[in-house]
Amino acid sequence: MIAIVDYGVGNLFSLKSSFSAIGEEVTVTSDENVLRNADKIVLPGVGAFEDAAKKLKSSGLDQVIVSLALSGKPLLGICLGMQMLFDESYEYGCHKGLGLIPGKVVPMEGVIPAELKIPHIGWNALKMNQDCEITKYIKEGDFVYFVHSYYADCDEKYKVAVSEYGKDLTAIVKKDNVFGCQFHPEKSGEVGLNILRAFSREV
Amino acid sequence: MITKRIIPCLDVKDGRVVKGVNFTGLNDVSSPVTLAEYYSRCGADELVFYDITASAEGRKLFTDILTEVASKIFIPLTVGGGINTVEDFDRVLKCGADKVSVNSGAIRNPDLIYEAAKRYGNQCVVISCDIKRVDNEFRVFSKGGRVDTGMEAISWIKRCVDNGAGEVVVNSIDTDGVKKGFDLPMLKAVLDAVNVPVIASGGAGSAADFIKLFRELPTIDAGLAASIFHFREVEISDLKKEMIKNGINARI
Repeated sequence: MIAIVDYGVGNLFSLKSSFSAIGEEVTVTSDENVLRNADKIVLPGVGAFEDAAKKLKSSGLDQVIVSLALSGKPLLGICLGMQMLFDESYEYGCHKGLGLIPGKVVPMEGVIPAELKIPHIGWNALKMNQDCEITKYIKEGDFVYFVHSYYADCDEKYKVAVSEYGKDLTAIVKKDNVFGCQFHPEKSGEVGLNILRAFSREV
Repeated sequence: MITKRIIPCLDVKDGRVVKGVNFTGLNDVSSPVTLAEYYSRCGADELVFYDITASAEGRKLFTDILTEVASKIFIPLTVGGGINTVEDFDRVLKCGADKVSVNSGAIRNPDLIYEAAKRYGNQCVVISCDIKRVDNEFRVFSKGGRVDTGMEAISWIKRCVDNGAGEVVVNSIDTDGVKKGFDLPMLKAVLDAVNVPVIASGGAGSAADFIKLFRELPTIDAGLAASIFHFREVEISDLKKEMIKNGINARI
């Protein structure tokens, strides 16, 4: 069973529906025992980093997720949930993340050309850097749906795929059993479903 | 690089898709779920649902339909119509909407955009504006394009963006339903004024109208239309091929 972490951030309806649509047993939960018993964990998130990190911490689930991930349970962070996998974020100050992947989350502003609109909203193509379990069913150039103003700055060895928007922005990351997508697979049509399928079956 | 988006718009009344010409003379076209699945298959980048129901029963039908669509279609969904309070945002977001489009609700209560953006983030809040030329200026109309608010449109849109609207839909009443192309001068005025995504609406009659839109206004983000897609006068898959042939970045 796949457990989607519910810590009061964002709308989990589509994410849950997309796992159901590919025939996976899925539950939305804030119960730490359900997370412990799940085969895999999905950490979602929209909105501001600080607010989400605070909510996750006050739910006490941050330590549960970290310990389960370190014990080898597959974890997939999506959008802000992906950003939270890193050490820290510089969105309105400096805030600590879960520290599961070395790196930091930084603003696009001042890094990408000024004529490009921020947030980076819309469909953009994936450029693959390396093979990975969750990209087994998709290919170079496939389009996925992004909505974000900050991006993950990390070592190339963790970058599975990037997407070009004035510069190559981190799109998919992996470190051991921890995976992350900056875009929304649950909103990226068949390509997105194929990423979730691969996370369900290949990891 | 990011693609130009093609967005079919579904006006929903009592659970069915309808589309009027110049906002009057409604025609029943099809089931929202059937149409949404069809569009998702043929490459629509996003779907917009406008609830044009007035009654409480109609609203319930709409949220049921939206929930069904959102459980079957995995592309971004924007919902508009009858959005007057932050609770209305909550109601449609819980049914699976990703963005919420406000129009008359923001005119009645300009704080709505600020409140909603604070709670759900700017990316979630779309200001939709029906605009018509009156006395040599762009004027905001409310109530589905029937009532002249007396407000100048460009300054109104700027104010909405300053308050947290993350995207703008510009619907030209002057070109809506006429099928002779988008209102390029009106769209340019909006693009020059704001730095958030702008979606063109009103006037598309052919694939060539979209090509012209994206060529003449390179910073426009998306083109929206209804009846030409519903009646299959323009197939989205053909339109996308035409865009790529013309050097316009599109998702296929």
